[in-house]
Amino acid sequence: MALFGLFSGKKKSSAAAAKERLQILISHERQNRHGPDFLPELQRDILAVVKKYVAVRDDHVSIRLDRAGDASVLELNVTLPEN
Amino acid sequence: MATVVTVTSGKGGVGKTTSSAAIAAGLAQAGHRTVVIDFDVGLRNLDLIMGVERRVVFDFVNVISGEATLNQALIQDKRLENLSILAASQTKDKDALTEEGVGQVLDQLAEMGFEYIVCDSPAGIERGATMALHFADHAVIVTNPEVSSVRDSDRILGILQSKSKRAKEGGKVHEHLLITRYDPVRVENGEMLSKEDVCDILAVKLIGVIPESKAVLKASNTGVPVILDDDADAGLAYGDAVARFLGEDRPMRFVTPKKQGLFSRILGGGD
Ligand SMILES: Nc1ncnc2c1ncn2[C@@H]1O[C@H](COP(=O)(O)OP(=O)(O)OP(=O)(O)O)[C@@H](O)[C@H]1O
Ligand SMILES: [Mg+2]
Repeated sequence: MALFGLFSGKKKSSAAAAKERLQILISHERQNRHGPDFLPELQRDILAVVKKYVAVRDDHVSIRLDRAGDASVLELNVTLPEN
Repeated sequence: MATVVTVTSGKGGVGKTTSSAAIAAGLAQAGHRTVVIDFDVGLRNLDLIMGVERRVVFDFVNVISGEATLNQALIQDKRLENLSILAASQTKDKDALTEEGVGQVLDQLAEMGFEYIVCDSPAGIERGATMALHFADHAVIVTNPEVSSVRDSDRILGILQSKSKRAKEGGKVHEHLLITRYDPVRVENGEMLSKEDVCDILAVKLIGVIPESKAVLKASNTGVPVILDDDADAGLAYGDAVARFLGEDRPMRFVTPKKQGLFSRILGGGD
């Protein structure tokens, strides 16, 4: 094990990768959890409007609600296709 | 007043039924009148793990629908006089579990003098699972050190904190994290999330770590809750978890690799 460790010392362990991915994902999911129930529908509607003008993939539109102090910020991200 | 302890996870196959059987048997061993209920309607299995599969005549759904009394459906454990089992229905579907019906059965069990009602939740977030969560005073979140299990556990925590009866009444369900199928060697090698990692991510108080153990399969083969196996690491770890649940302070065992032979020690393995 120790010998093996010498050779693989540089590379990040897979457990560390798992932890990092989970922390990012779960903090995101927790934020959405407290969001209002209409968020998914709003996302669908916005996607439909965007699609009227540009051909974007469903997963290229993301919407999230962040709380900053006593204000809520609705953040919309649309990745437009190249060209 | 009876205390409802729901054993839950979101993800399937992580060890809820194994843990429900162990925790219920442990509470009974500690002298508390305990009943363990299988909420996995349609996929009954707790009866097998408890070794009472041949004694099931009536089940949980029969009681809810009034086809049998609670006394007729409860199965008294032959090893522990404080322990009873209420099996799930094998034929009915999960919609048979109504909030009113489940609530009445729990109230009646409390009136009968049971101190702890342990609910073995099915996987998923459908009816059986949400019913078991709804009535929880305490929730034991069973999690494997693995990404999808941890994520699903967090999802279940969200439901507990927003949809449970306690949450709706402005209170809080007591949350306990139980990590199962833990392999200290793989953790040391960086191949498996450590108990600290899982605690950091979920931010729930750790009640126990159950090692990956051959004794669990042996216990289920013979229908004896693994906590009754005093020679098994997993059984002892469940014993510690129950003691902690009851307020005792115990150090974690079986969380570092076992001492190995001379050869691997020279190479730097073991501890
Ligand atoms: N600590 C352990 N070591 C080894 N095997 C285990 C351990 N805990 C559980 N298992 C095995 O994992 C499998 C699933 O366990 P169990 O039935 O308790 O999970 P479950 O969460 O109730 O599943 P389901 O979601 O289907 O209800 C079983 O084969 C069991 O023997
Ligand atoms: Mg089960």
